[in-house]
Amino acid sequence: MSEQSISVAIIDPNAVRAAILIEGLNAAGISRVSVIEETANLLRRLVQLEPDVVIIDLESPSRDVLEQMFQVSRVVQRPVAMFVDQSDSAMIQAAVDAGVSAYVVDGLKKERVKSIVDMAISRFNAFARLQKELDHAKNELADRKVIDKAKGILMKSRGFSEEEAYALLRKTAMNQKARLVDIARSVITAAELLG
Amino acid sequence: MNTVTTDDGHQPQDSPPEAGDRPTVRAGFMPLIDAAVLIVARERGFAAAEGLDLVLARETSWANIRDRLLVGHFDVAHMLAPMPIAAKLGIGHVRMPMIAPYVLALGGNSIAVSQPVWEAMCLAHGDEPAGPGDTSRAVAAVARSRRAAGAEPLTFAMTYPFSGHNYELRYWLAAGGLDPDVDVRLVVIPPPYMVDAMVAGQIDGMCVGAPWPSLAVENGIGRTVTTKAEIWKASPDKVLAARAAWAETHPRLIDALIRACEAATRWCADPAHHLDLADLLARPAYVGVPAEIIHRALTGRLKVAASGQWVDFPDYLQFPTDGGTAPATRHALWFAAQMLRWGQVPNAAEAYAAAHAVTRPDIWARALGRELPVPRLAPVDGEFFDGTAFDARDL
Repeated sequence: MSEQSISVAIIDPNAVRAAILIEGLNAAGISRVSVIEETANLLRRLVQLEPDVVIIDLESPSRDVLEQMFQVSRVVQRPVAMFVDQSDSAMIQAAVDAGVSAYVVDGLKKERVKSIVDMAISRFNAFARLQKELDHAKNELADRKVIDKAKGILMKSRGFSEEEAYALLRKTAMNQKARLVDIARSVITAAELLG
Repeated sequence: MNTVTTDDGHQPQDSPPEAGDRPTVRAGFMPLIDAAVLIVARERGFAAAEGLDLVLARETSWANIRDRLLVGHFDVAHMLAPMPIAAKLGIGHVRMPMIAPYVLALGGNSIAVSQPVWEAMCLAHGDEPAGPGDTSRAVAAVARSRRAAGAEPLTFAMTYPFSGHNYELRYWLAAGGLDPDVDVRLVVIPPPYMVDAMVAGQIDGMCVGAPWPSLAVENGIGRTVTTKAEIWKASPDKVLAARAAWAETHPRLIDALIRACEAATRWCADPAHHLDLADLLARPAYVGVPAEIIHRALTGRLKVAASGQWVDFPDYLQFPTDGGTAPATRHALWFAAQMLRWGQVPNAAEAYAAAHAVTRPDIWARALGRELPVPRLAPVDGEFFDGTAFDARDL
């Protein structure tokens, strides 16, 4: 089987993650990549696509559906779990840690499979990192808004400048060994309670 | 993987004491009523009383449970009883030495068919068929007339290739005279999606664990026709599975966990606790379906038709307190025999050896300070609804 002819199906409801995986596979010279988002007609889609490799998000309940298809189906070629080769325990660990699994038709060259699965692992990990950074940025933004509101309250009620309000919040946080944002929240709560 | 933590917003008043320095045991489970023993072991403090911090993680597929057990994300898991045997044999997957030292529940599955199929079954039978014998013959008649008419075959859903659901469904269909690999179509659908699949007309029947068939009945689209307990009396559906290597190196933890499970089993078996248990399991972090539906499975009083017909199934789901939580070689051998019967494994000697190897009543006995149960291998009267005797002595 030539490299160009390898076909990959991705089962992942997360369109962004699927897109970055497609991009990676394309860059690696694999152009026949399809995404299956809707899992209701999974078997029909797989019969149409005849993938050599199926990459699936571990959160997808369709994993059990796939395993049954590969046990009994006469219509799809029989891919087996990537884990069948005992020597690949490091890859198994990395894949499950990354939240991804793969099924591969028999007879595909081992190095080729490994490069595809490695790609999936690295893209899933990269996506998780991005997600984490995004969550972090969102939290920071939310914290910033809380602190700004608390500063506003102090400026209004105590006649502080913005710098003075911030300095007071920071000093209180340090004295109480609390986070700045938590002190800011209590200022807001207090202001709401006291009117 | 959703780890059930104390900040899920549903922590009960009587939450277990702080974990502190207690050793952690991580367990994966699927959202089914027979995960109750693990959930109760944590939530009612039985695990804590044994010095364990039992951390539960809800999973979305049996494949995930197996893989996370394999790579060590989990130490133990709520698992379909045939799965450790399949894992030990490495069918379709890497070989993975697993053990089953504890039975989490007996029974618990039922078969439901769609309303149109039920009506066709009644026509074929001349009346409402009752019990596994009548219903298996009636469904066979419906499947055959479908084939004769050139219509699409009946499609039945179950939950996993290596499951009691698959084997009991096949046993029931075959007893009625059907070849499950030819006369009907068998598909896997994750339990929480079964009802939707029936609503969408993708499946005509399902064999799945409680509470999901009851939901199909409640929605007015399905009819319960028989149960696992009727097909195969007092048989296990889920076991506590562990990686063999982990159990080997952590004998004190596995023993403590088994003691916690035994206390939880007794708690679950007490009818006085069924309302509380239903409320606990109903939480979104656990099974996430209405407590009333869960309560039906616990009492064995099931609504079998949307029109309001109720039937008592006394053994529908059992938390056995008479030593029945010991894993039995007999049951493992029957599962191995089904794997052979349906062509999932080619080699009988290997399959039976695997069944023997994963079944570990010795660990159960050690943990609970009980006598090692004597294996019952000779045929048991009335074990199967069709009168077939399963003789495990020569396997």
